[in-house]
Amino acid sequence: MGLELKNLYDDFRDADTIKAYAKIIAVDASKLSHPINIMEVCGGHTHTIMKYGILQLLPKNIKFVHGPGCPVCIMPKERIDHAYVLSQQPNVILVTLGDMIKVPGSNGSLQDARAKGADVRFVYSPLDCLKIAQENPDKTVIFFAIGFETTTPMTAALLDTVIRQEVKNILLHVNHVTVPEPMRALISDEACIIDAFLGPSHVSVISGSKIYEEFPRDWGKPVVVSGFEPVDVMHSISMIVKQFIENRCELEVEYKRAVTREGNLKAQAMMDKYFHKVDFRWRGLGDIPQSGMGLRSEYDRYNAEKIYDAVLPKEEINDHKLCICGDILKGKASPPQCSIFGTACKPTTPVGSCMVSSEGACSAYYKYGNLPLS
Amino acid sequence: MCLSIPSKVVKIDPETNTATVDTMGVQRSAGLDLMEEGSVQIGDYVLLHIGFIMNKIDEEDALESLRVYKEILDVMDEQERRAAIEESENCPNGGV
Ligand code: SF4
Repeated sequence: MGLELKNLYDDFRDADTIKAYAKIIAVDASKLSHPINIMEVCGGHTHTIMKYGILQLLPKNIKFVHGPGCPVCIMPKERIDHAYVLSQQPNVILVTLGDMIKVPGSNGSLQDARAKGADVRFVYSPLDCLKIAQENPDKTVIFFAIGFETTTPMTAALLDTVIRQEVKNILLHVNHVTVPEPMRALISDEACIIDAFLGPSHVSVISGSKIYEEFPRDWGKPVVVSGFEPVDVMHSISMIVKQFIENRCELEVEYKRAVTREGNLKAQAMMDKYFHKVDFRWRGLGDIPQSGMGLRSEYDRYNAEKIYDAVLPKEEINDHKLCICGDILKGKASPPQCSIFGTACKPTTPVGSCMVSSEGACSAYYKYGNLPLS
Repeated sequence: MCLSIPSKVVKIDPETNTATVDTMGVQRSAGLDLMEEGSVQIGDYVLLHIGFIMNKIDEEDALESLRVYKEILDVMDEQERRAAIEESENCPNGGV
């Protein structure tokens, strides 16, 4: 083969290396007895796959199913409405991360709330809340926390500091979710066509590759934990294909430079101290038991959901009836098959979860749909 | 885009439990709360995520990655470069 991991470090984005992998994959894939469908769980991977035209480089018998790993896309509308309502409360500063601010809820997005005068802020790190709280002692700062296992420990660290420094004006609205439960939910569905998983990068740095051990062992689905770069993704696809032609079903780690089996134990302990597993309703996938991380009841006095319970809307909001995100996530459909893809539903006017953030499958198709490898 | 550019630890402040890290010439502060006490030393290479050090990485791996990232960043202008570095550890959504 001639391609070693060492070469990957030489050029994560090198077009020649990518093409070399494409050849290896094509040769190996010709030996496959049936087509394989690989789900990339992480939205970051969806982005890489679309941006670098990786789909166009793969043989026809290797297909991708774009997974639910975008924390903004999976946020149900009723929780966005929570954020909106919280931002309307007197003396509240609502703080959140990333594209969350753009996603429309029933009354509009947080951006709209801000345009109407609410104090909504976007930060890069939860720690920025401390500064905002200090500068605004007469306001309550509510951190609308989102993200998978990667970000949960950071929210825990914020709360840890709040408690240690006795900060009086920071509350959390927690919307953390975990990766293995939706993976399990998807493959338990009989209609699901996923044959193997490309495991997320950052989640695995924190949680360790051990969280995927059940998938090859109990479900017969190989998992390769991949780095973010296009060469990482090509290498990982090649590893998956090899498992199939060699009749292996294993957990392998391509992203060895950052991922161990155990992960970051301190971060895991921090997460366990403040959070426990709760049920969560996913946009596009519905209720998944024990797939969320909620604040433990000892910390109710920091829990904005408890404190503002009286004003927060309770009813669940169903996905738009034309939206087929659920089928896209299960691999039963691809974005262009949606009747309103690119027309009524676009990144500026997202109807469903897969269009709301740059990491969602529909949004990635909209943006990069036909780009060849440059 | 999640580049995960390795950063080098240049200073440690035990008082605030933060480190000053250098990511290809851009310096900023990062929380040490998720690392075992004493496990991160000046000169170590680390990966960041939303303002925290998430793990350490091997120096050899880090240097190789940095060489590649340098090539990518060299073709950007100063502003783009700074933005790319500052946002490098983040999935745009604090994500996965
Ligand atoms: S294009 Fe929009 S409505 Fe259609 S499946 Fe995607 S997100 Fe849902």
